Amino acid sequence: MTDTVRSGEGRPPADIPPATNLIRALGGIGVFCSLLIVLVWQFTLPVIEQNQREALEKAVFRVLPGAVQQKTWMIHEGKIRAVTDKPDPAGVPVRAGFDEEGRLVGLALTTAGQGFADVIRIIYGYEPEGQKIIGMQVLESKETPGLGDKIEKDPRFIANFRQLDVQVNPGDGALAHRIQLVKSGKKQNPWEIDSITGATISSRAIAKMLDASVARSVPLLAKEKAVFQLKREL
Amino acid sequence: MAGISEQPPAEAFLKGVWRENPVFVQVLGMCPVLAVTNSALNGVAMGLATAFVLLMSGTLVSLLRNVIPKQVRIATYIMIIATFVTVVDYVIQAVSLELYRALGAFIALIVVNCLILGRAEAFASKNRPVTAAMDALGMGLGFAIALLCLGGVREILGSGTFFGIPLFGPSFEPWVVAVLPGGGFFTLGLWVILFSWLKERGQKKPGPAAHGGEVAHG
Repeated sequence: MTDTVRSGEGRPPADIPPATNLIRALGGIGVFCSLLIVLVWQFTLPVIEQNQREALEKAVFRVLPGAVQQKTWMIHEGKIRAVTDKPDPAGVPVRAGFDEEGRLVGLALTTAGQGFADVIRIIYGYEPEGQKIIGMQVLESKETPGLGDKIEKDPRFIANFRQLDVQVNPGDGALAHRIQLVKSGKKQNPWEIDSITGATISSRAIAKMLDASVARSVPLLAKEKAVFQLKREL
Repeated sequence: MAGISEQPPAEAFLKGVWRENPVFVQVLGMCPVLAVTNSALNGVAMGLATAFVLLMSGTLVSLLRNVIPKQVRIATYIMIIATFVTVVDYVIQAVSLELYRALGAFIALIVVNCLILGRAEAFASKNRPVTAAMDALGMGLGFAIALLCLGGVREILGSGTFFGIPLFGPSFEPWVVAVLPGGGFFTLGLWVILFSWLKERGQKKPGPAAHGGEVAHG
């Protein structure tokens, strides 16, 4: 803002307030707004974190039917560790679910991958005794309503994940079969997933991220399943 | 621009609900209107979030109307609106993660909803706080009702439910198109026709001064 008015514009000088006024107004409102945001953030953050924890806990019980209590371990560089207070960004959390008598029901893992629209995050339950996946739930997806979001709603698709075979070879401990996506209604083997007609990309995304996560973690979990006990100290 | 005669608060409130309904008459804020109204709950939540931002920013803009230099008014309004949108964003996350997931990016996009900036510029900055608040409440309510109308119809046709409650038997085959973007346009078109027809019918009867207020475009 200059304090002289160029001739020809015809604006009276009184129309232009000094720059300090503008700065004061913008700065004042800016400070007020930031304070308000910080205040609300302070109040809502614990609730939001609590909500996220609860949502995840609920999902663990849903993918591990029969489990009533859970405890978390970490996969860290090929080893399973107890959770410590130290944050471990490189570790993969494994949430173990136990039934009322404290017997291991299964292990829940989260994984993510690119879907049709944005990243899809899922959680799945692995049962080391029967060596199969016993449940899967979508945690986060922005797939097209009515088409791609069938990965969350289609009962026939969800049924794929109640008995999905992920056996490891007894000899070398590697996966016997990779998880495979087949055309809708063509499932023949217990390690195959029936895709959804009209949501091919979304169901392929689920199969792919599940396969990758299983290949990464299940051989280790199958070998180390004895670690997952509710009260080792007793 | 200046010198609009002060409306009585009741009039300021009612015109947003009916005569100048932001969706069916002014056709403002179409982006959230079409995008999130695939279920009644999403529509209502989005409507209420927008109404809250409208009310808070309208009141604040009106309170500060003599302090804000007009050269920086748009920047100031956007700052105020963005603040309250951020507040709503956190509050919805705290209330229900599921709802937050369903509304997704559209919460943040309330900032650029032209309805809100339009009301701040065209009304709140020229009226007393009480009138501005009533205007914002009316517009917000009108917006929320419109989103409920759209979301309700689309959910009933597209999923066979209303607020998640199944209405028809298992033999009902949902019209998936209703919850897809195309269905949003169809449903909006039908509601606009219905609204215009009702308005026209109302105007044939001799009523109080028909069009008075200002309409913001965006």
